[in-house]
Amino acid sequence: MSRMIYMDNNATTRVAPEVVEVITPFFSEYYGNPSSMHTFGGTVGRKITEAREKTAALINANPEEIIFTSCGTESDSTAIWAALKANPQKRHIVTTRVEHPAVKNLCEHLEKTGYRVSWVPVDRKGRLDIDFLYDSLTDDTAIVSVMWANNESGVIFPAEQIARAAAERGIVFHTDAVQAVGKVPVDVKASPVNMLSLSGHKIHAPKGVAALYVKKGTKFSPFLIGGHQEKGRRGGTENVASIVGLGRAAELVATHLQDGTDRVRRLRDKLEAGILENIPNTLLNGDPDMRLPNTVSVSFEYVEGEAILLMMDQLGICASSGSACTSGTLEPSHVLRAMGVPFTAAHGSVRLSLSMYTTEQEVDFVIRELPPIIERLRRMSPFWKGASCNLQ
Amino acid sequence: MWEYTDKVKEHFLNPRNVGELEDADGVGEVGSMACGDALKLAFKLDENGNIAKVKFQTFGCASAIASSSALTELLKGKSLAEAEELTNDDIAAYLGGLPKEKMHCSVLGRDALKRAILNYRGETEAAPEGNVVCECFGVTDKQIEDTVRENGLRSVEDVTSYIKAGGGCENCHEDIEGIIRRVHQQAGDAAPGPKKLTNIQKIKLVEETLAREIKPALRKDGGDIELVDVDGNRVYVKLIGNCANCSASELTLKHYVEEKLREFVTSELQVEEVRQ
Repeated sequence: MSRMIYMDNNATTRVAPEVVEVITPFFSEYYGNPSSMHTFGGTVGRKITEAREKTAALINANPEEIIFTSCGTESDSTAIWAALKANPQKRHIVTTRVEHPAVKNLCEHLEKTGYRVSWVPVDRKGRLDIDFLYDSLTDDTAIVSVMWANNESGVIFPAEQIARAAAERGIVFHTDAVQAVGKVPVDVKASPVNMLSLSGHKIHAPKGVAALYVKKGTKFSPFLIGGHQEKGRRGGTENVASIVGLGRAAELVATHLQDGTDRVRRLRDKLEAGILENIPNTLLNGDPDMRLPNTVSVSFEYVEGEAILLMMDQLGICASSGSACTSGTLEPSHVLRAMGVPFTAAHGSVRLSLSMYTTEQEVDFVIRELPPIIERLRRMSPFWKGASCNLQ
Repeated sequence: MWEYTDKVKEHFLNPRNVGELEDADGVGEVGSMACGDALKLAFKLDENGNIAKVKFQTFGCASAIASSSALTELLKGKSLAEAEELTNDDIAAYLGGLPKEKMHCSVLGRDALKRAILNYRGETEAAPEGNVVCECFGVTDKQIEDTVRENGLRSVEDVTSYIKAGGGCENCHEDIEGIIRRVHQQAGDAAPGPKKLTNIQKIKLVEETLAREIKPALRKDGGDIELVDVDGNRVYVKLIGNCANCSASELTLKHYVEEKLREFVTSELQVEEVRQ
């Protein structure tokens, strides 16, 4: 592709060149098994230790509280199953209606097998109904699992506050922080979060590596039972190269968190303002005040998301949509529906998510090219004429 | 990403005959914004009664726009009698095929054409016959039956791909399965999908599956499983040997035993463990 403008960083990110540099030798030179007795394997083992320290530092955890896994979904599943097995007599789960499928579909599955699940709703701006959540907590609750930030709307939830409420009642709290880590400061010592999922490929490490933070003292049982790797908490030979990559990426985004997020936020705000000012009948999805600095979700009324994405794709712009047609189902995303975004607007939703690599020129390009795409599709739409008349 | 043919892409990026038609002879509108796609089709006849001009406006995805564009190209110069013969398959074929999940886009085109012709004749369309089965998309049993018969559909998924029925809350899936079975039985085909099992058949099948598929695998790990009871779709089992003490027993039950039983007996089964 000649030109590509990548604004789909909540889906996945480019592996940082600094990360590629450190992981390459682990395919060619340092291929030893970290469990081996020989020096060759031991060298590799020490690299995993370093990566664990760096990953822990990103969220202010202790290195021994980090378990490396293969993906965010594995981290989420491990956490939820561990909490349920630690409290076999408890049969109630509290989660939200806007979780990623990794948590949502697991909880739906558990609901079918006899667990009771409280699904905490969100309001029109995607904010959690915190009173509903507190009222849901009972002595029978085994786990509260609430994402730190939502992947579609970008809305940030008060995870620390919920962690404290759960701890007061002796309930395990897990958070899927896959979208939050690296974008906003996350400090596991600031609140009694028991378990936290983070994923490598959302923070410029490769796909296929993630981590689960388990606070010391939290009852835990492994999801993958096998060898003694990860101190018996996750069997299976380590994905060494990717783990080393995650460690390096954690260092990079920690630096970025200190001096880069203002830049990303400024670009996002410019992009958002440019879209809202230049395209009429456009709605902003999500709480503008409590959002990830890199995410903008908008709905263009009277047009359909898949058509928008394919026209953007013609110009090399990568984004995503919560429209029904893009998902292979007939209903728009569960997040937009939970937010009460009308169907008329949900079908025309587009999410743009930036990264530390996004440039001002790219933002300007999208601000320039997007309005004619929406205009063109609206001129094809049987609903548009009526709408523009209503405006006058 | 959808695998669209070059022809679909080309018609999406350069749609023919977009717009409104002044003093149209027939106009047909189908779909709604809530449904995710909508099409307004208008035609004008020449002095011989053939379609001289045709225009469309579409709200929808790339394949909805391409299907509308294809429909207008197919209609040009046709007599009304010829136009009435057009099927959704003709539209899909003109575009070199559509992904199965997108077949409803071609059905949208055919339905808009039907309505435009009715409108020209001054007739109003009778409310769809039958009773609404899919509440989410307002589809009746008669519409599902016709679509299943005309397109030889065999699964709920197929029905959803063609006319959206069953694509929302999924509460109507059993009803749709029933309609599919009925249509194929009428046609003398073997009924697709599993037949409803009697209790005895179900228990026998559970026992067979345990013996053939599940026990050998558990025995390899020094464990075993025993059938305690079957109550409706709940299967009660007892884990024995290593399995009984294994910390992953719940995973074994849900991920392995239940999945195998669902695969070989019926998809609604739930496995429960009985502890001594």
